[in-house]
Amino acid sequence: MSDLFIRNARPYDDDAVDLVVRDGVITEIGSGLEAPDGVETLDAEGRVLLPGLVDLHVHLREPGGEESETVETGSRAAALGGFTAVFAMPNTAPVADTDVVTAHVRRRGAEVGLVDVHPVGAVTVGLRGEKLAELGTMATTAGVRMFSDDGHCVNDPLVMRRALEYASALDVVIAQHAEDHRLTQGAQANEGVVASRLGLAGWPATAEETIVARDCALAREAGARLHVCHVSSARTVEVLRSAKAAGVTVSAEVTPHHLLLTDAALTSYDPVNKVNPPLRTAADTQAMRAALAEGVIDVVATDHAPHAAQYKDTEWQAARPGMLGLQTALSVVVHTMVEPGLLDWHGVARVMSERPAEIAGLPDQGRPIAVGEPANLVLVDPEEPWTVRGAALASLSSNTPYEGMRLPAVVVATVLRGRVTARDGRVVERTTA
Amino acid sequence: MKHLLTVTDLDAATATALLDTSDRLRQALLGREVRKLPTLRGRTVITMFYEDSTRTRVSFEIAGKWMSADTVNVSAKGSSVSKGESLRDTSLTLSAMGADCVIVRHPASGAAHRLAAWADKDRESTGTHTSIVNAGDGTHEHPTQALLDAATLRDRLGSVAGRRIGIVGDVLHSRVARSNVFLLATLGAEVVLIAPPTLLPVGVAEWPCRVSHEIDAELPGLDAVMMLRVQAERMTGGFFPSSREYAVAYGLSDARAAMLPEHGVVLHPGPMVRGMEIAPSVADSARAAILAQVRNGVHVRMAVLYHLLAGAPE
Amino acid sequence: MANDRRGDAGGEGSGLPDRELLSASDVTRTIARIAHQIIEKTADAEHVVLIGIPTRGTVLARRLAAAVAEFGGRAPAVGTVDPTLYRDDLRRRPARALEDTQVPEGGVDDALVVLVDDVLMSGRTVRAALDAVSEHGRPRAVQLAVLVDRGHRELPIRADYVGKNVPTSRSELILVSLTEIDGEDRVAIRRGAGE
Repeated sequence: MSDLFIRNARPYDDDAVDLVVRDGVITEIGSGLEAPDGVETLDAEGRVLLPGLVDLHVHLREPGGEESETVETGSRAAALGGFTAVFAMPNTAPVADTDVVTAHVRRRGAEVGLVDVHPVGAVTVGLRGEKLAELGTMATTAGVRMFSDDGHCVNDPLVMRRALEYASALDVVIAQHAEDHRLTQGAQANEGVVASRLGLAGWPATAEETIVARDCALAREAGARLHVCHVSSARTVEVLRSAKAAGVTVSAEVTPHHLLLTDAALTSYDPVNKVNPPLRTAADTQAMRAALAEGVIDVVATDHAPHAAQYKDTEWQAARPGMLGLQTALSVVVHTMVEPGLLDWHGVARVMSERPAEIAGLPDQGRPIAVGEPANLVLVDPEEPWTVRGAALASLSSNTPYEGMRLPAVVVATVLRGRVTARDGRVVERTTA
Repeated sequence: MKHLLTVTDLDAATATALLDTSDRLRQALLGREVRKLPTLRGRTVITMFYEDSTRTRVSFEIAGKWMSADTVNVSAKGSSVSKGESLRDTSLTLSAMGADCVIVRHPASGAAHRLAAWADKDRESTGTHTSIVNAGDGTHEHPTQALLDAATLRDRLGSVAGRRIGIVGDVLHSRVARSNVFLLATLGAEVVLIAPPTLLPVGVAEWPCRVSHEIDAELPGLDAVMMLRVQAERMTGGFFPSSREYAVAYGLSDARAAMLPEHGVVLHPGPMVRGMEIAPSVADSARAAILAQVRNGVHVRMAVLYHLLAGAPE
Repeated sequence: MANDRRGDAGGEGSGLPDRELLSASDVTRTIARIAHQIIEKTADAEHVVLIGIPTRGTVLARRLAAAVAEFGGRAPAVGTVDPTLYRDDLRRRPARALEDTQVPEGGVDDALVVLVDDVLMSGRTVRAALDAVSEHGRPRAVQLAVLVDRGHRELPIRADYVGKNVPTSRSELILVSLTEIDGEDRVAIRRGAGE
């Protein structure tokens, strides 16, 4: 069932074409094509077609956190959000710090079959930041391409140096959650005017900036590839800019929420707005948008972090950090980047599909919409606005910070190797196992 | 007024009305043998303290009792709270039992806001309009403390507007300082924060006050000085080198108290660390309004309960 | 409270002009008459205390005390007691501001207390004031003086001194003005919008 005919779609918002997909590969592109006999037809009605989205940063919570999300529910959210590949962070229970756990996550993703689920391996055993995990074994036997202690920073400079050095021989990327834990002890919110008024201990932007600066220097010396997770502060952008100019192989991501939301949302103390790194100032969101448009920040990654109600419906201090992102990411990017003219649809494809696939070394994702390329695609209605309702999202949890917000752009269909995985807001189940 | 969560909810008129009510209540009870008003008969007021505080809890309890409310104390220790019940469930339970008012002290900033949001949301299912009073939440606010300080300053100085009030000490971790800065500014006072940079929050420049690191330069120009408690646990955090250095640089000694103008008032929210932030002789001097603060505390809290509970629910 | 019975100036909208019940000189005469009656009826009392119900009752109490002294009686002590905290209808309206409470030196124990208010209607304010006064001590007796009795009693309460009985409908407003507060002495009736 991986044959498909797509009629009247506009790749990257360019001229409308028809596409024929055979065995998961685009075999023909042109106008006025005839639908092959017996092939499912997707009438795009002139909507925008992009390569399937790739998310370098999600938390699917399986194994161990199945009350908040599972590979299955997370995959459904991904397909509905237009994603064809996601990278599942290793802060599960047990931690994905061995080939056994990482292989398990990949297998669960394949069983569900709605999106390619790539496990991210832990950099250190138990995410404790002390002893390197078996990066080599995970890379060779479980195909792990990216390692991260996300949720925690590899704070010890010597451990980080060794990780980068070791990774350089494996051609894998180390993704750093940049947070100097000494500077963020007890931190609850962005250090600044809002947090000081609310009496919430501050998370200073310098805690991110200093780790990124340090890691760029270490990556340069090690000749390693460094990826910086969820950049949140304007000053970090300046560090990245100069590192890139100096030839460091560093890439960086920004989350949709750091493009749109600010710490002004905190005054209600509703922990749905609690996230790590924290929501920062309006000046920071502007800097994030500019850096993404310019390419200093390479990609958008959601940091999709589901939490069951009991972890969020608490006092602020007790709540777990994190927010849903998969089903709202594209809309937030359209709202913050496309509508103000900072990115066109080629740009959206770059930051949400092509560059992420390139950073993670995925050969079959983020490819051009061209004959001979795999049919990983997403069809978007850029005009249609919709209202976010956490309870209506596919995730097992409903901790969206966009509750009640009206956002532009609806995912009309997602196609994974020629198979439609989501259409008109519904997951399309596989007809055969 | 539905809840009292932060002084920011009080405009000058509402704050003044609370202070006026406090004065009237004091008047109504003056010289009476039976200090009891029937106003809140049949209303249930629960004090729920997740941190120890004899002073504030007792003050609220007396306020409730003098207004004839049924007051019930819940302390986190020995209740279901210590068995791991979430704040969410505790809130639901108390509303379902018909609590008209829950007075909460909690170590988490914003805990009172959460309780208020839940109380409003649960109104239909519990059938109770529960008002929440913030009796101190983390390092955020302690609104009734600021109100009683304002009441005391009004008694001593005649007015708050146009007066210059210094607040000295650990502003960073102080909910008393936050409530006072914003309430006193609302009431038209000029507020000066006096502390080392490590004990001032980032972003303080945006507050409606001035910041100084020189207590000696400020004292002669102050109508009142409020000494904040220095918490012992901060000593180890490296916020300042030693208690000795703190006492020398910021403590209110006799010599410093003498630098205040004749009418200058000394306030302290208590409990005091005598010899650390304030010399015993200053604490016991005629300038000190510390006992007046405690007395006003009861009347101010009666006023808060009156405004929240006596009228028709909003 | 007395305030509430006045209606605000915006009430002009009823279209009908206010009808004067007592002119300035009528008010003065009426106060003088009540003062004489008080002297007469309290002649054998050792200790008389006039307690006004805020705000206009308080003004009237002061005027009555002055008149009693002027007409040769012993000058009674004057105080004011706010009955708000004792009202039975607090829950029917948003919380209201409290008024002055000042019991004169010497208290009310064994005194003949005369409660003074501007308008008597349901009797509920007087009931609350009786409770408030009793919290301050045990008077020998309590009497009631009002400038206007407009009927519509809801409690078994009767005034001992009445300036003027005015039959009214419930929709009408009695407007009492006193110089100290309103700049003139006058009592008028305003037709309500109708019930």
